[in-house]
Amino acid sequence: MSARLLVAYLLLIGCAGTQSTLDPGGDQAGALFSLFALTMWVCGAIYTVVAAGLGWALWQAWRRRGVDARGDGDVTHRTDRRLTRLLPFVAGTIVLGLTVLITASFFADRALFATRAAPALEVRVTGHQWWWRVEYRDPASGGWIETANELHLPQGQTVRLALGAADVIHSFWVPNVAGKLDMIPGRTNLLDITARRAGWYRGQCAEFCGMQHAHMALAVKVEPPAAFRAWLAAQAAPAGAAAGRGAMVFATACAACHAIRGTGAGGRAGPDLTHVAGRRTLAAGTLTMTRGNLQGWITQPQAIKPGTSMPAVPLTPADADAVAGYLAGLQ
Amino acid sequence: MTPDIDRRDRLSLTWRDPPGWWGFLTTVDHKRIAARYIVTALLLLFLAGMLALDMRWQLSWAENRRMGPQLYNESFSLHGSTMLFLVSVPAMEAMALWLVPLMLGQRNMAFPRLGAFSYWLYLGGVLTLWVAHALDITPDLGWFEYPPLSGPNYAPGHRADIWAQMITFTEVAALCASVNVAATILKMRPPGMTLARMPVFLWAMLVASLMTILSMPAIMLVTSMLIADRLVSTHFFAPAAHGDVLLFQHLFWFFGHPEVYIIFIPATGFVSSIVETFARRRLFGHHVLVLAILAIGCLAFGLWVHHMFAVGLPRLGNDFYTAASMAIAVPAGLQIFCWVATIATGRPWLATPMLWVLGFVVTFVLGGLSGVMTASAALDLQLTDSYFVVAHFHYVLVGGAMFPLFGAFCYWYPKATGRLMSERWGRIAFFLIVGGFNLGFAPMHLLGLLGMPRRVYTYPAGMGWEGLNRVATLGSAIAMTGGLVFVTNALLSYWRGARAGADPWGSSTLEWAGESPSPPWNLPYTPVVDSLTPLWNAPVLRVMDGIAVERREVLVTSVVDAAPLYRQKSASPSIWPFVAALAVTAMFLGSIFTPWAIVAGALPIAAALTGWFWPQRARATTGPLRVRS
Repeated sequence: MSARLLVAYLLLIGCAGTQSTLDPGGDQAGALFSLFALTMWVCGAIYTVVAAGLGWALWQAWRRRGVDARGDGDVTHRTDRRLTRLLPFVAGTIVLGLTVLITASFFADRALFATRAAPALEVRVTGHQWWWRVEYRDPASGGWIETANELHLPQGQTVRLALGAADVIHSFWVPNVAGKLDMIPGRTNLLDITARRAGWYRGQCAEFCGMQHAHMALAVKVEPPAAFRAWLAAQAAPAGAAAGRGAMVFATACAACHAIRGTGAGGRAGPDLTHVAGRRTLAAGTLTMTRGNLQGWITQPQAIKPGTSMPAVPLTPADADAVAGYLAGLQ
Repeated sequence: MTPDIDRRDRLSLTWRDPPGWWGFLTTVDHKRIAARYIVTALLLLFLAGMLALDMRWQLSWAENRRMGPQLYNESFSLHGSTMLFLVSVPAMEAMALWLVPLMLGQRNMAFPRLGAFSYWLYLGGVLTLWVAHALDITPDLGWFEYPPLSGPNYAPGHRADIWAQMITFTEVAALCASVNVAATILKMRPPGMTLARMPVFLWAMLVASLMTILSMPAIMLVTSMLIADRLVSTHFFAPAAHGDVLLFQHLFWFFGHPEVYIIFIPATGFVSSIVETFARRRLFGHHVLVLAILAIGCLAFGLWVHHMFAVGLPRLGNDFYTAASMAIAVPAGLQIFCWVATIATGRPWLATPMLWVLGFVVTFVLGGLSGVMTASAALDLQLTDSYFVVAHFHYVLVGGAMFPLFGAFCYWYPKATGRLMSERWGRIAFFLIVGGFNLGFAPMHLLGLLGMPRRVYTYPAGMGWEGLNRVATLGSAIAMTGGLVFVTNALLSYWRGARAGADPWGSSTLEWAGESPSPPWNLPYTPVVDSLTPLWNAPVLRVMDGIAVERREVLVTSVVDAAPLYRQKSASPSIWPFVAALAVTAMFLGSIFTPWAIVAGALPIAAALTGWFWPQRARATTGPLRVRS
């Protein structure tokens, strides 16, 4: 009830958003939001008591002005005895409040990390400086279907994310869906998430990972299971037959780092581009996906995202145009 | 306690520094050394504050072009490293260095030359970081540089080495200062000041020093391992060679969390002193306050993992750290109760130092409560590394440590300078800083909940973060203005303030027994103490005789009862601490570039230490010690 009131209030002041802990769209974020609301009430009550106590103290002192209590007067001794009797109540109240919070935190934590027997889907998310490699376990073949910088989740189903890192430490955080979990080189962290509300959300790397930490966002789409299955099947398919100048330029200038399944391009250093034009954003949330942005990104990556591993490949304007046109066709 | 003219002259002759530059370089006067610490730390506080304003400006607009990523990353790294390693901890040590001997009625610290050495080495760390900044080799990976990001593969160049060596400098300096403070408090208390009659301030400084001694080695170890990884290709933190990146985090936070309390506990000492004086009554709950400080000191070592809840460690262990972290609220809450109860039953005088205490309670309790929130292993997964955490630790460190420090500055300023600061400008500075701070940092809680991660140099439009960021910038600017008013007030009062006299506030503890500013020899006689509030109880302070006046001598007493044991020769001015610090600086800086610097650099250090400890003359042997009225 109180949580709902809080939500209503926050919606009123515009706190609902696609990257907000206050607008949960999944089980894990929902549990954490309830815990947050409870903690807010307890801490708010404690603060009120302290502030009232300080106000009362100042008022008492104001009434007693004119009396100098320096030295060990009898008055001080008597009041001290009374105050000393209050100490156990103060300590007891704090311990009580903390016990409530520790217990609530403990059970919330249990719920978040309870092992679920068979998740509907396994997804491997790997952090790179500064993008996300995302791989889905193909339910049909058992192989991995690779994409990048965009995570699709079937609504209402539990997905197991295997989080890892290829270079430095990153942290996976989609606040509307779940709390963060670090992605650490040499380790794999498992995170079960259950998204409930369909729509687009935004995640962002939450552990400083170098120069472009700010431009490491992840677009997250929660969609009905049927739509998700259709999307995944489309992702599994290789790119359509490549022909023309764009594909040729790509094969010589880009294929060392980028893969496009169904063509000879098989580079692993950068994101897989098999269906790049179907994604919502470009360069890990730096740009929206348009043909113009694609071409701008290809010609001037260092101006758009200084420090990115994507080099400015020297292409003639005509070649750049051809490659952008080719990529824009990879739906 | 006014000495006759003859004794004064003889003491001055014994304890004076050589004149001019030589005296500046060779002094071992704890007050001069502490003043240098304070001035250096204040200057850095200003510089790092300006960096913060610049960053706030950058974040006031989405996609702002004021700063690029490199400049922004350098700015927050420099801001955080400076504030934590070069401002907060040294400022607290400086207060101890200045006040502990005065509060003990002693003429100097236990190890005067070590005090001088610690400042020069600290200055070496300051210059390492800021000269590097001037030369554009600023560290750019935050105030904790996690590998592998800070390892040889992802941080080429020397930025990370500069950061790691700056830490080594400041940690050696902090260890020297802490050993000095702990030894002084334990072995040099005046006769009668048993452990039970030791003011809360001294307890706070003692516990903070012991915590420093126990926690600092962890970070020296971990930064040395990082340097070894970078310089001689060890693989402590290289996952590909079966190193473990989490080892760094454990060792860093094993120091990093106690560090927060190394900053906060001295602040509770300031607050206790100020509350007692300005409530004009004996502190309520002396024993509770002391036990609370001890409890915090112990608990602080058992909760470092709460910085690592999102790392993916076993959940049951995390729950233990949740409980341990929240448990801090019990002693901290009792402290707050004792101070408030003292105010309630006293006759408060709302002079500026007391205002700062009120500002501290109002602000710090908010920081403590947001700390309870982040202490929850579950809830922290949404809060950590977001702006909520930025808000939380600024509330704790600024509200919980800087506000008491500012109050302490106003409180002891007359003792240090002999003049009072302007109350009117003091109040203006207080309201600007406390108001501006809260306006600036309260919105950051909400920003964090709205998903804004920390350490991002920009963000896209349409996230709903712009308005709150602008309020934060406005608040920070107001607080900065208040800071300038505060410093201007301090500077002008130095020349134009009203004369303070020995004890302008009517305080209870021994530092107020002698003249202001304190002469190089502090008190003319060694006082004898029979209560917690010696200046309030005895009409005339009893003193002890038998300490030489013609030689630099101090009194050593027993640890528990403070019974006089023997007289100890106190070191005279010497250039060797400065030379030794130069030699150590050369070795530390050299080791950024080659491991052989450690071998070659050891020789000048050995030579400097030989000069430092060259035997001079036997221990003093004159007349018996006796107490007189």
